[in-house]
Amino acid sequence: MTTAHKIIINGNELSFAQGETILEVSRKNGIDIPTLCHLKGTIPTGACRICVVEVKGARSLVPSCATPASDNMVVHTESPKVVEARKQILQLMLSSGNHNCAVRLSDGEDWTSFQLKVQAQDSTSELCPVWGDCTLQNLAYKYQVTGEEFPPTETRYPMETVNPFIVRDFSRCIQCGRCVQACNEVQVNNAINLGYRGANSKIVAGVDRPLKDSDCVFCGECVQVCPVGALVEKETRCTVRPWEIKKVRTTCSYCGVGCQIYLHVKDNKVVSVSGVEDVSPNFGSLCVKGRFGFNFINSKERLTTPLIKENGKFKEASWEEALKLVASKFNDIKSKHGGDSLAVLASARITNEENYIIQKFTRGVLKTNNIDHCARL
Amino acid sequence: MAGLAAAFGSGAMTNTIADIETAKVILVTGSNTTENHPVLSAFVKRAIKFRGAKLILIDPRRIKLTEFAHKWLRPNLGTDVAWINGLMHIIIKEGLHDKTFIENRTEGFEELKQKLEKYTPEYVEKITGIPSEDLIETAMLYAENKPASIIYCMGITQHTTGTDNVKSLANLSMLCGNLGMAGGGVNPLRGQNNVQGACDMGGLPDVFTGYQKVADSEIRKRMEEVWGVTDLSEKPGLKVTQMLPEAHEGKIKAMYIIGENPMVSDADLNHAEKSLKHLDFLVVQDIFMTETAVLADVVLPSSCFAEKEGTFSNTERRIQRVRKGVEPPGQVLDDWKIVCRISTLMGHAMDYPSSASIMEEISKVTPSYAGISYDRLENNGIHWPCPNSTHPGTPILHTEKFTRGNGVFHSIDYIPPAEQTDEEYPLYLTTGRLLYQYHTGTMTMKTDGLNERAPECFVEISQEDSGKYALKNGELVDIASRRGQIRAAVNISTKASSGTVFIPFHYGNSPANKLTNSALDPVSGIPEFKVCAVKLLRV
Repeated sequence: MTTAHKIIINGNELSFAQGETILEVSRKNGIDIPTLCHLKGTIPTGACRICVVEVKGARSLVPSCATPASDNMVVHTESPKVVEARKQILQLMLSSGNHNCAVRLSDGEDWTSFQLKVQAQDSTSELCPVWGDCTLQNLAYKYQVTGEEFPPTETRYPMETVNPFIVRDFSRCIQCGRCVQACNEVQVNNAINLGYRGANSKIVAGVDRPLKDSDCVFCGECVQVCPVGALVEKETRCTVRPWEIKKVRTTCSYCGVGCQIYLHVKDNKVVSVSGVEDVSPNFGSLCVKGRFGFNFINSKERLTTPLIKENGKFKEASWEEALKLVASKFNDIKSKHGGDSLAVLASARITNEENYIIQKFTRGVLKTNNIDHCARL
Repeated sequence: MAGLAAAFGSGAMTNTIADIETAKVILVTGSNTTENHPVLSAFVKRAIKFRGAKLILIDPRRIKLTEFAHKWLRPNLGTDVAWINGLMHIIIKEGLHDKTFIENRTEGFEELKQKLEKYTPEYVEKITGIPSEDLIETAMLYAENKPASIIYCMGITQHTTGTDNVKSLANLSMLCGNLGMAGGGVNPLRGQNNVQGACDMGGLPDVFTGYQKVADSEIRKRMEEVWGVTDLSEKPGLKVTQMLPEAHEGKIKAMYIIGENPMVSDADLNHAEKSLKHLDFLVVQDIFMTETAVLADVVLPSSCFAEKEGTFSNTERRIQRVRKGVEPPGQVLDDWKIVCRISTLMGHAMDYPSSASIMEEISKVTPSYAGISYDRLENNGIHWPCPNSTHPGTPILHTEKFTRGNGVFHSIDYIPPAEQTDEEYPLYLTTGRLLYQYHTGTMTMKTDGLNERAPECFVEISQEDSGKYALKNGELVDIASRRGQIRAAVNISTKASSGTVFIPFHYGNSPANKLTNSALDPVSGIPEFKVCAVKLLRV
């Protein structure tokens, strides 16, 4: 056995494995260090610097996401120096763009004019679309800061709404680069990247084109990882709030990968879908169909009542009526021509339990093995 | 599936999805993975981009994955056995086959070796159009990197030689000893959420749950006991591709179709329609008024996945929970409840308090599901086989020995596709799916955004062929085969190879399957969707 590695974080002696970062060791031990740009499974960029911590003997604060733990290292994750640095980073972020989440101290008039401007740009009278579901907002509360310490910077790029699924709101982008990592390192669709320089920096698709004219395949991974309101789903933008929904975990019903998803349900209606993170087989990733192709559930075209065809036309029927007819026809045909004159198609779309019942019925009651499904088609 | 079952004793994906990322070389063939299994394709792409794996891609179309491929071979349609035999010929010539694995775990190698004699790179080039030096380089790349994962989909199975194709891929994997280890294996990707489960549950004409043969009297006895019935038939039933012709001949009088839409997904639709119309009685149970439901005498409305409890088994044999998120509309019922009620009305009472209690019965009669119960599936799915309630499941198959004992090498000769081009029908047609639509479109076409991205049917054609027929991008053209004719917009694309056009089969108003050939693989019964001969007619 090799000797265990020890690190001291906030006065606690903790063991770690070679190669683990300070952030990983802390989180494993329930010590919360805030992050914005850090994305599990990708190469740390250290771009946002919100995760800085104080390491005894180091000349400056170090980003915990990119600094490996080492033996006898002494770390403070919430020292006054750390808190001061985080406040400044947050203040800078909040001062640029449309962060109208009511984390402000200024006089009423200033606030009102800011709100009105943002709401006009948002084309809504609602607050920020991710109000209540935003890491930046959470941190602003936690560290009690506003954007007023620095002069406001105007947004250089207009909102992009020209595709059916994703709204890109550059006024709320903090350039953390998580979306770029999600696209290039997780889904490997290589559609977006960091573009331009300095104050002109922007997340660009291809040579700065709308997503719909780029290599983007609308998997929505970027939306799921965006810690702020820069990337949001078009259909629920400002109309569905996080506290209004119930999340139900289930399995996607499209291809055979079986991605684990959350149905976001509001008023008995699925309003959006997200990937379940940290579990097999998809670890949070989805495709465009799984994430955005749920409207069929609530479609007006759904069949809602049994139908019986009479003289070439369907008429609505009760379950009793329809099932009696089916049962008597099946019985008739079976007794006249034998079970093998009947055939059943089970389904690759329905559950195991249902397929089991269908084959049990076919074999045990109809008395035939004429059962198959469209696996081959 | 039949092909893998013959070689290994089990027809399912041998390895897991996550496993793909640990492969040294990945061979993808007959799978447009980024469009049809997008999330799984990310595992392939990450293995290539970040873990130094090599990608061998064998596909006639210039699909997205070609951008990641170290070797891309572009064979003529329907020549898979030839190039696979060619790769094996080279590997054996170079002495790169895994002699220990072959000796200890397989049978049939000497016959295979003899069969492969004639498949020299030059001979294979004549059949497949793959330059011999490319074939040699590919063989070396595959054989010199271990573990090697083979991934395939309908581009391999939807041929009259589909079973042969699959057996050949199994040969190739065994030849280099790539089975039973992480990062290796032969991995068929399932196209629909619960194809694996429908097969596992005995939604097949010759087997009960867990692939237990209906012909086995012991098994029948066990089912009769648990089900409380007598006289279960020992005679395997009809495959879907045999049911329709028998309906046409009047031998099948009634059909009960649940959650399937053969009126768009079946080959040779004109014939399918005639067959269904010929039935005395047709019951269709679905969530929408599909093209098939329109033909029914009785339509029964059922709940969709978001409205019920249950399980799906994914492509890697992982049994996962399905949970109810919303109440179904109107009078809609769960499929199993409808079937139970019909059964009861027919004189055989059937009822269950919940889907969980159905799973209890499944685990009782199915050795590979014996250890499955809902409480074990709460946070994570379990890979079958899972023989008892403490067994952790089996992510990788065939680790110590194959399900059937030894792996079997099948010696197979190349057979050309059932239909060839000729003067009248000079182009090949191949069909497939698009990223933004799904199967027959009954679900995806309810989302406007998906329709905006993939609004209508098209025929993908190479620059060269478009010149030959003087076709402009976007103009409408009629495509005709010996069986039918449809109209679609011309899409001139670098994806297409000259001499072959591609049409997605999603669109009921322009159904590609009016053109396709219903010639079947003699073993699996799968139609040859991937090859037929067509002509283009200016509108």
